[in-house]
Amino acid sequence: MTAAPAVEKAEVKPDEEFPGIAAPDTRKGYGGYLVAPEHLVEVVTKLRDEAGYNYLSSATAVDYLEEGKLEMVYHLYRITGGPALVVKAQTPRDKAVLPSLVPLFPGADLQEREAWDLYGIRFTGHPNLKRILLWEGFWGHPMRKDWKEPYFEEETKPFDSRWPGGAVFRSEQHNPFGHNVKYPDGFTLEGWTPEADKALYAGLGTVTDVNAGSLKTDQIVVNLGPQHPSTHGVFRIAATLDGETIVDLEPVMGYLHRNHEQIGERNTFLQNIPFTDRLDYLSSMSNNLGYALAVEKLMNVKPPERAEYIRVIMVEMTRIANHLWAIGFLLNDLGAFFTPALYAIQERELILDVFEATAGSRMMCNYMRFGGVARDLPDGIEARLNELAFERLPRKVDELDAYLTNNEIIRSRCIGVGVLPAEQAIAYSTAGPVLRASGVPYDVRRADPYSIYDRFDWNVAVRYNGDVYDRYLIRLDEIRESIKIVQQALRDLPGGEIQTGKPQYQVRVPAGEAYGRVDNPKGELGFYVISTGKPNPYRYHVRAPSFINLTPFGEMCKGHKVADVVVILGSIDIVLGETDR
Amino acid sequence: MTTLEKPVSDLQVPDDIQPNIFITTLDKIYNWSRRSSCWPMMFGLACCAIEMICTAASRYDLARFGMEVMRPSARQADLMIVSGTVTKKMVPQIVRLYNQMPEPKYVLAMGACASGGGPFKEGYNVVSGVDKYVPVDVYVPGCPPTPQALLHGLITLQRKIDQQSIRNVPWYQPGASEPIPVPILGPDIIDPRQAPLLRDRAARGLSNSLTVADRVKE
Repeated sequence: MTAAPAVEKAEVKPDEEFPGIAAPDTRKGYGGYLVAPEHLVEVVTKLRDEAGYNYLSSATAVDYLEEGKLEMVYHLYRITGGPALVVKAQTPRDKAVLPSLVPLFPGADLQEREAWDLYGIRFTGHPNLKRILLWEGFWGHPMRKDWKEPYFEEETKPFDSRWPGGAVFRSEQHNPFGHNVKYPDGFTLEGWTPEADKALYAGLGTVTDVNAGSLKTDQIVVNLGPQHPSTHGVFRIAATLDGETIVDLEPVMGYLHRNHEQIGERNTFLQNIPFTDRLDYLSSMSNNLGYALAVEKLMNVKPPERAEYIRVIMVEMTRIANHLWAIGFLLNDLGAFFTPALYAIQERELILDVFEATAGSRMMCNYMRFGGVARDLPDGIEARLNELAFERLPRKVDELDAYLTNNEIIRSRCIGVGVLPAEQAIAYSTAGPVLRASGVPYDVRRADPYSIYDRFDWNVAVRYNGDVYDRYLIRLDEIRESIKIVQQALRDLPGGEIQTGKPQYQVRVPAGEAYGRVDNPKGELGFYVISTGKPNPYRYHVRAPSFINLTPFGEMCKGHKVADVVVILGSIDIVLGETDR
Repeated sequence: MTTLEKPVSDLQVPDDIQPNIFITTLDKIYNWSRRSSCWPMMFGLACCAIEMICTAASRYDLARFGMEVMRPSARQADLMIVSGTVTKKMVPQIVRLYNQMPEPKYVLAMGACASGGGPFKEGYNVVSGVDKYVPVDVYVPGCPPTPQALLHGLITLQRKIDQQSIRNVPWYQPGASEPIPVPILGPDIIDPRQAPLLRDRAARGLSNSLTVADRVKE
């Protein structure tokens, strides 16, 4: 990994280093620095190279409709740990142009494309500025505050319109087409040409065959997905092939874009919790925690001791369940069809039983609340947790390890495949097991501690080769570390309250911004929430680890065979609910 | 199936195999074989797909119903389990897959999203139910439905198959069955079946994006 810069200081003040260019953000409840757009690249370069802020965690846009401005918010971190440095740049709404940060941080690639797609900010210098979640030709930029969806009723929930005059209101009855659609006025099918995938295919790189002697070969474009058994959902890969070798590859997503952020901005703060369950639907408990942390930062509340411990137990159990699933399906992708997955699912079911008994649902737990958890542990569940954490799971992980790790086929298919070097892993903003398997011991639980992780004795799992095999091994390591944490949390679990204050449907959230981040099983999950003091968040952004971990996917696959692509994808471990949101 | 009580006299069945002969109707044996090997397409959309995989795994064991053979190709599948949110970007592919499935084919809408849009219904990229585009045989409520709920839905589908008759099922009627027109990704998703409506509105100069109040007035 990159060495810590020599000039590292406790805190950097960009407004002192760049007078007239960077100014502290003085809006109430806000932090960070506003940077003049024309100097953005210069400031960020200096922060990266001299102050050591070399990890761009999140880049997202906010629409300030009343001020007529769009704002990009960048959260920069030091890979050695510590709090964020927030840099912001504003641009007028009607002519939204900002410099691209892709040359500095390749990890900004997909995030800037998302900002272009949903907010219509043009990034000068971006190598591939296409729509990402929607399709080319879509009408408008839907996350802008003045863009209304076809079923638009009111700005914020709870809607008064759902039961007007004692009769149920259904949006489709009042849509001229009866479907969830709207078109520009005067739109005719005849006067319109579909754009389809022209831009996608045109953007795919090809190489001229230098060895083309007498035998002339063509390169072909192959699409995997969106309906493909090995893409872990509705994910699509467009690849140029030379024989069986990948020449260029581009992930295509958005087939599960469910408008999480826009719905989140209509919802009240509490209503968003069940929606976070459906982000990374394999680890709903940790998603809840990330969102609860962000809002708790704004509200300035802390959950009681017992709730903290229950949170940690649930989140680490989620991590175990998720990694079991990931390992099972990585093996599926390797061709060990379903047998290892069955072993993994068996253990996951037992963990889901605990969730069902505690939260009421197997998958969509909806369990965390601001300042606590929804319910206390039911009778008898502690005994079951103890049995799982102290007896069954350690044994089963060793069993999986013994069956799989030294298998000849797994070793030859995984070692040296899809290598992501440490420098690139940092530059591409990858997180979680993908980053740690590349030799960067960066775990948000340790680097920027939240909840009560500082009380437990555990190690940040790290592996150094950055290939598929290490990404498989690190998940086993992390399961073992999680078991250790659960064991300690169960041992120390105190009694007492599970919620600070009374449970409320409508929480009062003071105006301001907050970025809550947790180390999800997939990587760093961040929630950027802006409150204006109203019952609904003004901006609600999810920094999705599966989405950003896909940024180096093309690079990792180049030069490998088609069969390796699904394995590399399986080792990144994506979930489409989170990738597309 | 009903067991044979008396051997049919003119068939001359040898005594030793008489207890092994069953008589039933053609419909029953036809439906029984179809309902017991209803192969789903390996096709997961969202959260519900995880519960679908759990249903296929050892604890809930879809194999008891002869449905464990998930086919990655639509050409070999009998049943499309629409397991998750149907988005506008995805629906052309879903319709295309449906058209590729050979008759007899069934569609099971798994979960709230596939049945009617669910919690994401209001989203600009979400289709409010897959039944807006393809015909659905069984709806399974839940978000996501538990594996038990999915199994119940599949048993309901089997009951539906049991009631069909060779005489009037659509796939034995004369003439080829028409494919469903594939939606087009335009400024928004365009259902080709709505083209006349779209033309009509353009000709009358009506607005295509109205507020709720305008819509109620119109």
